[in-house]
Amino acid sequence: MAKFLVFIEQRNGQIKKSSFEAAKSAADLAAKLGGTVEAVAVGNEIANLDSLGGFGVSKVYHLKNDSLADYSPSAYTEAVTKFASENGSETILFGATSMGKDLAPRVSAKLDAGLAIDCVALNVEGSEIIATRPVYAGKALVDVKVTSAKKVYALRPNVFAAGTPTDAKAEVAVTNLDSPNLSVKVTEVKKAEGKLDVAEADIIVSGGRGMKAPEHFAMIEELCQVLGAATGASRAVVDAGWRPHAEQVGQTGKTVSPTLYIALGISGAIQHLAGMRSSKYIVAINKDKDAPIFQIADYGIVGDVFEVLPKFIEEVKKIKA
Amino acid sequence: MKIAVCVSHVPDTAARINIGSDGKSIDPAGVTFVVNPYDEFAIEEALKTKEKLGGETVAISLGGDANKETLRKALAMGIDNAVLLKDDSYRDSLSVAKALAEEIKAQGAELVFFGKQSVDYDNSVVGQMTSELLGYNCVSVAVSFTLDGTKVTCEREIEGGKEVVETTLPAVVTAQKGLNEPRYASLKGIMAAKKKVIEEKQPAASANYVEVAAMKRPAAKQAGKIVGTDSSAVPELVRLLREEAKVI
Ligand SMILES: Cc1cc2nc3c(=O)[nH]c(=O)nc-3n(C[C@H](O)[C@H](O)[C@H](O)COP(=O)(O)OP(=O)(O)OC[C@H]3O[C@@H](n4cnc5c(N)ncnc54)[C@H](O)[C@@H]3O)c2cc1C
Ligand SMILES: Nc1ncnc2c1ncn2[C@@H]1O[C@H](COP(=O)(O)O)[C@@H](O)[C@H]1O
Repeated sequence: MAKFLVFIEQRNGQIKKSSFEAAKSAADLAAKLGGTVEAVAVGNEIANLDSLGGFGVSKVYHLKNDSLADYSPSAYTEAVTKFASENGSETILFGATSMGKDLAPRVSAKLDAGLAIDCVALNVEGSEIIATRPVYAGKALVDVKVTSAKKVYALRPNVFAAGTPTDAKAEVAVTNLDSPNLSVKVTEVKKAEGKLDVAEADIIVSGGRGMKAPEHFAMIEELCQVLGAATGASRAVVDAGWRPHAEQVGQTGKTVSPTLYIALGISGAIQHLAGMRSSKYIVAINKDKDAPIFQIADYGIVGDVFEVLPKFIEEVKKIKA
Repeated sequence: MKIAVCVSHVPDTAARINIGSDGKSIDPAGVTFVVNPYDEFAIEEALKTKEKLGGETVAISLGGDANKETLRKALAMGIDNAVLLKDDSYRDSLSVAKALAEEIKAQGAELVFFGKQSVDYDNSVVGQMTSELLGYNCVSVAVSFTLDGTKVTCEREIEGGKEVVETTLPAVVTAQKGLNEPRYASLKGIMAAKKKVIEEKQPAASANYVEVAAMKRPAAKQAGKIVGTDSSAVPELVRLLREEAKVI
């Protein structure tokens, strides 16, 4: 019997999707290995914590303080670590988001627990969890076993299915946290205005050097608008100053796993593929039939993006109308 | 002030990766190793900070003799001293962090720069772990850094924006692309680095908690469908996305 604990990430009081994915994964592991699934959330007001019951969580511990609405690495680390120790939690799951990737290693060090981060699969063999994670920019995968008594896993967002929740409600226990450790404090969150981030989008439309000039990205933005997609970019166009670094997909940009990734005028260099190869469907439009992007694309058009893209926008508008 | 920078030695990002005969690690034959790209931002920030505020810089790397190449590069860029924590065996991230934390303590460094991620195992965890082991404050994935007295202000990248983070020394900062533009080593720097002694130390042993059971190739993707060669293929592409893939 293992005691599973899921860290629930909230931003602006809303639970992140990756936390539902982690909760469902913990429930799946507990079904195979036996054990209980509890969750811990840190923040001020957090909506719908009881809905985690629908993903298999029995009880949610809400550690509350009004100074914790925004992330504080120090306070969150201390709160989660202390809670996990006192509660006797053995296997702790995080979503490998920007918060999860910051927090999970700190908790792992504090608990002296082994950590498998950015997992893309969790399988059970006998009584052991085998975590699969990409290495070398996705050119290889490793299967790892965490052998310490306490174990920490962080799951790559968008890879694990959260499934359809049941109507079950989790019990929610609120504890007020006194004088949290705010030695590292977020003083401001600067939102990129009204823009969907590639790391969170279900659909991404990315442009590369084949787009020829920064002003041509207006077409990509138009398509994004119609599709509800985020705009991405290759490093070549970010380095050229056409697009902000926040949009860069790849080894030195963001790693994304959207349902649909559309690459326009992107050659598909290995460092770009590193960031998007785990996308469920990949579409490429490129005039070079030998461009490496076609090797991983599900659908491709070998053609001039300036001829194909306007028609594509038009057709998508038709079906969305 | 003593400023440390931790650097790892990794395959060039363009390298082809072949799996070794043990089935658990890569075959290093024919692979060029380089300074971890993110660690160049860390080195640059250490140098800039020293240029502004004075102090002494030290680069630390844990690994085999080959890591000396990366330490040499750090020296050539202008880092004052280098320490190799010599260990050829596999260590998991926490075990690496424990050895680095010991050395940072021994060096008495109050400000430590890491890369955000080593592009071999792509963990992005060693900096945060080391900070917790040292009891230092830590900001990860920093795209800006300012130090005013003992006050540290950074911006870190998050989904859809940035967080402004404030803390104080002693601190660990992990560097993301955008933090700065790493300088090239000057010829003079390269010559001077050749003459410097890289101190070698034996790091204390510590247990590994993460064991690699197997390394494998990602499943090859089926060759996709080329739908056409001009805009006449677009309606069919849209149909496939809607009816076959069901994604739009
Ligand atoms: C350490 C390191 C890290 C890196 N990290 C990243 C990273 O995070 N992300 C990243 O993207 N790259 C990264 N790179 C860079 C990478 O190697 C490539 O240089 C980059 O991805 C190329 O961008 P691109 O595909 O836009 O440009 P190009 O390679 O120049 O490709 C442009 C493509 O557009 C096509 N094209 C041109 N005109 C048209 C047209 N009219 N219609 C249709 N197609 C057209 C061409 O056929 C070509 O395939 C990294 C490199 C290094 C060394
Ligand atoms: N063996 C090592 N020696 C020195 N520094 C390291 C080592 N491994 C990782 N680091 C540092 O930790 C950062 C994050 O690495 P990782 O968590 O392995 O992705 C790297 O960018 C380096 O700054």
